[in-house]
Amino acid sequence: MMEETGIGIWGVPLAIFAGAIRVSTPFIFVSLGESITERSGRINLGLEGTLVFGAMTAYAIAVMSNSPWLGVLAAMATGAVFGLIHGWICKFPKVNDIAIGIAMMQFGLGLAFFLGKPFIQPVAPHLPSIPLGGWSDLPQIQSALNINVLFIIGALLSVALWWAFKNTRVGLILRVVGDSSDAARAMGLNPDSVRLLATAVGGSLAAVGGAYLSLFYPGSWNEGISSGQGLMAVALVIFARWNPIGCFLAALLFGGAGALGPALQSVGVTQGYYLFYAAPYVLTLVILVATSSPTRSLAGAPGALSITK
Amino acid sequence: MTKLLPMNRRNFLKSTATGAAAIGFAPSLFSTSAAAQTALTVGFIYVGPKDDYGYNQAHAEGAAVIKAMSGVTVVEEENVPETVDVQKTMESMINLDGATLVFPTSFGYFDPHMLAMAEKYPDVQFRHCGGLWQEGKNPMNTGSYFGYIGQGQYLNGIAAGYASKSKKIGFVAAKPIPQVLQNINSFLLGARSVDPAITCQVIFTGEWSLAVKEAEATNALIDQGADVITCHVDSPKVVVETAAGRGAFVCGYHANQSPLAPEKYLTGAEWAWGNVYTDFVKKAQAGEKLGNFVRGGLKDGFVKMSPLGPGVSAEARTKFDTTLAEMMKGSFSVFKGPIKDNKGGDAVTADQTLAEDAIELESMAYLVEGVVGSTS
Repeated sequence: MMEETGIGIWGVPLAIFAGAIRVSTPFIFVSLGESITERSGRINLGLEGTLVFGAMTAYAIAVMSNSPWLGVLAAMATGAVFGLIHGWICKFPKVNDIAIGIAMMQFGLGLAFFLGKPFIQPVAPHLPSIPLGGWSDLPQIQSALNINVLFIIGALLSVALWWAFKNTRVGLILRVVGDSSDAARAMGLNPDSVRLLATAVGGSLAAVGGAYLSLFYPGSWNEGISSGQGLMAVALVIFARWNPIGCFLAALLFGGAGALGPALQSVGVTQGYYLFYAAPYVLTLVILVATSSPTRSLAGAPGALSITK
Repeated sequence: MTKLLPMNRRNFLKSTATGAAAIGFAPSLFSTSAAAQTALTVGFIYVGPKDDYGYNQAHAEGAAVIKAMSGVTVVEEENVPETVDVQKTMESMINLDGATLVFPTSFGYFDPHMLAMAEKYPDVQFRHCGGLWQEGKNPMNTGSYFGYIGQGQYLNGIAAGYASKSKKIGFVAAKPIPQVLQNINSFLLGARSVDPAITCQVIFTGEWSLAVKEAEATNALIDQGADVITCHVDSPKVVVETAAGRGAFVCGYHANQSPLAPEKYLTGAEWAWGNVYTDFVKKAQAGEKLGNFVRGGLKDGFVKMSPLGPGVSAEARTKFDTTLAEMMKGSFSVFKGPIKDNKGGDAVTADQTLAEDAIELESMAYLVEGVVGSTS
């Protein structure tokens, strides 16, 4: 009887695969956004607040307009405003971008909780997904391959950004400003304006991650929706060495590792689940230690970033 | 108990604000009750949002019931962490709003926060949701109230047992504490009363509220063939929506989640705090002594079941109704031996029949045979 409905031990790799796709999307968008911001030489730690505020805005607008895409657009707009505020404040001399980021995070969270109060109960329309699992008879595989459009956009965006950083004029400007403000000024560029725009774009991408949380998976707005994913995604950027494709892969790894705990319990490996839940963090530590070196600084780090100064 | 408060500015303001009734002439335990008969201010503190379709909503619905009573003012604060913040909230409710009866509803508010406030404000009554109050150890102006909801989960199990085709049901649980374990075991025993071949897979998320992990757990259970899901987390909204989205049936918990999945919602074990709070408030208004250790189950009106959904068959409905009727008479026991635990040991011996208020159930540390899962 059970063989017909359960898929046994194959559930674990499937869950890791499905989890990588389902859970990674917010990480992808926040880390891509942050990689743009950090490449310009600034850190925006406030993206956790932007993510949650984006989740709230997207949900609220989707409830009111009955259109999830309008919700995503509204989230992008608010994310850009949060980025602009951060970028504008950081323009002033002797302002620390990390401290402003923490302040913006708390501001975003608080404002989202305050404005989001009436939207905890209503049910919003979900973002569409593309059923790519039609070839399989197994409902588990069909469900795992029900891939959201935003995930696909995120994947394409990571390749596009990787290419753009290397091969376009905008990418070059971003990298020059990020590596040396003086060199940028010598080229006639205004580092503050570039960073302001980079932070705004980063914020609007992070807010898309929030929209995915509230409008697709898990697909509901409440105050615990993010539980720190925005902060982890900022850390992923360093882990991925400021490389957009690396950000995408790191996000997949995090999503998949996060699915390990529930999946193992579901096939009966039930001892020590707290340990499995720590898997993503253990993995991060292992990779960071393995790739670190006592003789050189972080490879790929933008020179003007406040953590590398 | 008639300890006169030192006359500092705060206490002076407080007593004038509440009508200056207490000083001198009210030697009773509940010394502000003389003033309270005309106006009673009751404070409610929630750990999360009060419209979460879950634990906090159940309490807020109870608060809404007493709000409608005459002479009662209700003050509420939500999203109060289980830290010194809750002490500040209690102080402001007492000093600024004049609350004389306070319900801190979350488990972690009790020690040290509520106990500290109870010592500082001996004229205010504190009642905490949970089973932590101990006579002789904790002050008499504090107390505990709680409901036996295990029988509700047993009824959930009956509905699930009839609805399941795969004979596999799933439980998304937060933490392996006795009350959660009792709910899991009751859910399976209810389902096994329908078909002894049913198993229940449990996944612990490790936290009371983790939306993404709850969704992942629900998906993992359904991937393994579970076709009826229930849970014990603070807000079942994500579990209910995810499970129904995958086509599984759901049984609710804490509050009525049927609006989230009208077709897939079988029934649910809900709190009926309105009855409990009404009773406390009536006693307070009459100047009577409030109970320090108040508990009850379905038959006492502490717990209720959601209306049965369209997925419940006529056969299931009959068994559900007869079992519920027996529970209402007080003659039903979920934990009636012999019951083995899922490691092969004896959980309940053959000669034991544990009533729902049996003290043994409060320290439950096992999962019964048929539950796939581990407590650590």
